[in-house]
Formats: sequence, structure tokens, C-alpha cells
Amino acid sequence: MTTANQRLATMPASRERRWLRANLFLVLRRSSQAFFLLIFMIGPWFGIWWVQGNLAGSLTLGVLPLTDPFVFLQSLAALHWPATSALTGAVIVALAYGLLGGRAYCAWVCPINPVTDAASWLHRKLGLKKGWQPPKSTRLWLVAVALVVSAITGTIAWETVNPVSMLHRGLIFGMGSAWLFVLAVFLFDLLLSRRGWCGHLCPVGAFYGLLGEKSILRVSAAKRSACNDCMDCYAVCPEMQVLSAPLNGSDQNSPLILSRDCSNCGRCIDVCDLDVFKFTHRFDRTPAAAHAKRPSHTKKIQGQLPGQISGEIR
Amino acid sequence: MSALTKLPAKVADRRRFLQEAARALAGCCVFGLALAKLSSDAKALPAQALRPPGALDEGAFLAACIRCGLCVRACPYDTLSLAEIGSDPGLATGTPFFTARQVPCEMCEDIPCVAACPTGALDKGLSRIDDARMGTAVLIDQENCLNALGLRCDVCYRVCPAIDQAITLDLQHNARSGHHAIFMPTVHADACTGCGKCEKSCVLPEAAIKVLPTAIARAKPADHYRLGWEENTPLVDELIDLPDRLPGPGTDNLAAPGGFEPSFKFPEAGQ
Ligand code: SF4
Ligand code: SF4
Ligand code: SF4
Ligand code: SF4
Repeated sequence: MTTANQRLATMPASRERRWLRANLFLVLRRSSQAFFLLIFMIGPWFGIWWVQGNLAGSLTLGVLPLTDPFVFLQSLAALHWPATSALTGAVIVALAYGLLGGRAYCAWVCPINPVTDAASWLHRKLGLKKGWQPPKSTRLWLVAVALVVSAITGTIAWETVNPVSMLHRGLIFGMGSAWLFVLAVFLFDLLLSRRGWCGHLCPVGAFYGLLGEKSILRVSAAKRSACNDCMDCYAVCPEMQVLSAPLNGSDQNSPLILSRDCSNCGRCIDVCDLDVFKFTHRFDRTPAAAHAKRPSHTKKIQGQLPGQISGEIR
Repeated sequence: MSALTKLPAKVADRRRFLQEAARALAGCCVFGLALAKLSSDAKALPAQALRPPGALDEGAFLAACIRCGLCVRACPYDTLSLAEIGSDPGLATGTPFFTARQVPCEMCEDIPCVAACPTGALDKGLSRIDDARMGTAVLIDQENCLNALGLRCDVCYRVCPAIDQAITLDLQHNARSGHHAIFMPTVHADACTGCGKCEKSCVLPEAAIKVLPTAIARAKPADHYRLGWEENTPLVDELIDLPDRLPGPGTDNLAAPGGFEPSFKFPEAGQ
């Protein structure tokens, strides 16, 4: 029954399907990021006030308050006890990220993420050097600095310089020169430090990471035995240190990516042709045999990244 | 590093750990100081920026306001906006404020901005808008104010929602003409809400009356000053309070027993 014509007609569709399979989470993520911006923008643009405020604090449909828990905590450190509405909002947001993966905020919501992803993409395209790589713990220190300075000065200190809220608030309420901060983050990531901002410095992301320490939703290298060490996942993962134990560890290592640094972005799921990764929950005990170790793989991580993944801005 | 390699592994590890910790700590201190400087600088409110009704004191306000802009959205008159970095210098970025000369506060009776604030940065305890203290009006230029020149402009007085309480027109002798009066707009801070309507409506190209943050507008009397005419209790308990005595007969004062009408009369006000 299958005529040549029919086959031709289905071919582009299957190619599209293959493209979608390899970019599913990218598409979802970008849609989600656009959603969390647009839902705030349709108010000032079209007068549809479903959501008012910005990521620091908002009111949805006149009933649901949401508050950024990191801003909330700094306010507490500055010795202000916030009113019930802000308190409720902070608890709701904290619970949500506690379940869905703290740094899901980074991959799915944060407006700076497309900026740093663009920088990282360009960095890869131009084949630039890694540059300055401060220890990953720096961002945790900065969480502490933000809280201590809030306590000392009695202000919500990080909001003085936070490019995340500056960009989000700026797009909704007016930018002023906040573009300069966003540009600074972009140039920093592009020229000075590969994935430097989100990967090493940003205390907002680090705080959300702490929040999601025990989050339920997790990525697992469930079919790690099928891995052929192509290293695409290492190349595409912005926090590649989270992969090594679950993917390359022994049978004793759980295939679950339990590190708080993982942002549940799903890049590894997208990039892996062998379907090694999938989303699951942290209590998933499905046994997964370790994959045969090839000695060369650690060297390849440090080296030049495979070119094939540089197509889309991830 | 070369010194490290000669040491036993454990010592080298410990030393490297200490070095890294020290470096991180130093970095945090330097960065923390810069951040502290930036965020405490923001506590000085520029002179023409007014906070929404019910705003806590500037220090407490910056600890409380999460810069969400819900107050801005709640204001039916678009009075409020969030400070933009670069465009509104001196204001903590993202915090709500208004500029009286552009859009003053209309003093809504239900105070929607306060109701909308999720954090209490705008104090929910404010239930009557007349009790708001967003700033204090000051007749800042007493040379160009039309009333001060002896004309009858009166606009600031007329628009004031607390007319005759927050602003009164105080009669003064017009020394220039010698026989006219000056109706001096006079602000009474205990009734002024700082809404900014007077500044907004001043007819001069640059307002002669301005609403300033109260910390800038007002002096602070020393704690030990006593206003004798407001306090009836004598300063010193043992002070002997002598009976008031009026001038005796023969003085030019009708109020005194035996006094006669004075020959000189002050000119009537308003002539
Ligand atoms: S690390 Fe910070 S800037 Fe980067 S995505 Fe997360 S919250 Fe946004
Ligand atoms: S009292 Fe009314 S006019 Fe004044 S700032 Fe609040 S909402 Fe706006
Ligand atoms: S609603 Fe309250 S917390 Fe939000 S910007 Fe206004 S004063 Fe600040
Ligand atoms: S700011 Fe001006 S108009 Fe408003 S209450 Fe004070 S004196 Fe009256």
C-alpha cells in the first residue's frame, strides 16, 4: 500500500519528529521561559492583569501570592518580619522548587538564563578559551555574603545588584540602564569566564540549588549501560560535574543525578542519541548496570567539545 | 606550588585547603564591603523622591520592600513608579516612589497601594489616608511665591486636601507697599500628608512650594526644650508663681482697670 509518494510525504515529518526528539526539552524550556516573562508582560502590554508584580513578588488572579524565597530570606536577615501575604508566597515557591528541583528555576524560569546560554553558545561557536574558572563553591559563599550584608546594612542587599531581578523587573516596569548589567553578564560569560555567571557566581541559582537539595524530580542515567562515551552530554551540560558519578560510576553509584547543581534542564536527555537519560523521581530504585569504563573519557571532557551539539542555543 | 610538592600529601592538602579557604574569605570580604557600601548608600532618599503612603522609615523600608511593584499596579492614578537604575539616580533600584511635580498622590480613601503591598513595607496600620506622612511641604522660595509678593494666587492653599489645616494663609504686613497685606502660605507639618498636590499645582515654572522627605524638610527640636506656652507645669517646682499684675490706673490700655483708650491705632488688616 505504501506508495513512493506517501513515503516522501512522511519523510519530512519524521525528520521533524527526529528534530523534536533531539530538542524537546530545549523547546519546552524556552517556551517556559517565554511564558514566565509573557505572563507578566501581557499586563503592561495589553492590560490583561492575570499576574501582577515580578519574580521577586507577584499576585496571580488576585488571589495567589508568590514571593522569591531568597529575597524573603534577605528581608528576614535585615530584621523585617514580612506580612502574611509575602510569607505565604515564599512558602509556596519554596515548596514548589523543593519538589521540582531547586535549580529548575534556572533552566525553566530565570530570564538571565537565555542570556548566559547565548553567551555559552557563542563561546562554543568561536572556540574561545575557558577563561577564569573560580571554584564552584564561590556562589555558595556569595549566598552567605548576601545574607550577612543584608543583616549588617538592614537592606535586601543582593537586590541592589541582582541582574536576574533587574532584567525581569526592567522588562515589566522599565529598564533604565539595567541593560548594562545584563550586557555585563553576557560579556563576562563570553569573554572572561565560560559559564562563569550561572555556573560559579550567581547566588540566586545557588540558593535555589540548596532549596532543591532533596527535590523529588530528578534526571537519571537509567540506561547508562548503553552509553558509548560520545561525551555529548558532558559537552552540553552546564554543570557537567553532576554527571560523572551517576553516568560513569560503578554499580554502587545510583544512576540518579542527585546533585543540587543539576537544573533539571533536560539537555542531556535531548542530546543523547542512545536515550540514556530520562526524568524520574529521587526514590526510583530501578537497578541500572554500570557501563563499561573506557579509560580515555576523562581526558576528552577537558578537551575541545564535539561540534555537533553547537547547533541550537542551549 | 613548588614548596607544596615537597611536603607530605596530607600536609599539602591541608595547606591547599587553608589557602583556598583564606582566598575565598578574602574575596567575600572585599565583595561584601562593596555590596554593603552600595546597599547602604541607597538609604539616602533624594530630595524630590517621595515614598508611597504608609512607607516605613527609609531604613526599615529597604529591609522590607521586595520591589515587586504591586503598589505601583494598585494605584489608580499612576502616581507611583519603580526606580530605574540610571534614570532615577540616588534611589534604591526597583523601589516605588513618586515625584510630586509630575503626578501627586490623590490620597485615595481606601489606600489601594497599602492594601496591595505584600510585605508590610507600606504599613497596613495606616487606615486613614489623612494620617499618611509621605513628606512635608515647604514654601521653599519665599521670594518668588506670588502670595509672598503680595498677590492673591492661593492655588496651593486651594488644592490642598487638608485646606486650612495643612496650609493656612497667614496675614502679614506688606512692608513693600506699606499698606497692603501678604497672605503667606504657611504649612503646618502636623496636618500635611505630603501628597504633593500643592507642589504639582504651583503656577510658577518651577514650584515655589515643594514636598520634601520629612527628614530633609524638618528640623528636630532639642529634647530638653520646653515650650512654656504649651506646658502649664512650671519648669522648676519650687519656682514661686507670682500673681499676674496688670498696669495700674492711668495706662493707655482699656483692659486694665482705670485705663484709657490709646491715642495711636494700628491699621486694620486687609486694607
Ligand atoms: S544561576 Fe542565577 S542567573 Fe543563572 S539561571 Fe540560575 S538564577 Fe538565573
Ligand atoms: S493613596 Fe492612591 S493616589 Fe496615593 S499613591 Fe496610593 S493608590 Fe496612588
Ligand atoms: S508593594 Fe510593597 S514590597 Fe512591593 S514594591 Fe510596593 S512597597 Fe515594595
Ligand atoms: S503636600 Fe501640600 S497639598 Fe498635600 S497635604 Fe501637604 S500642604 Fe496640603
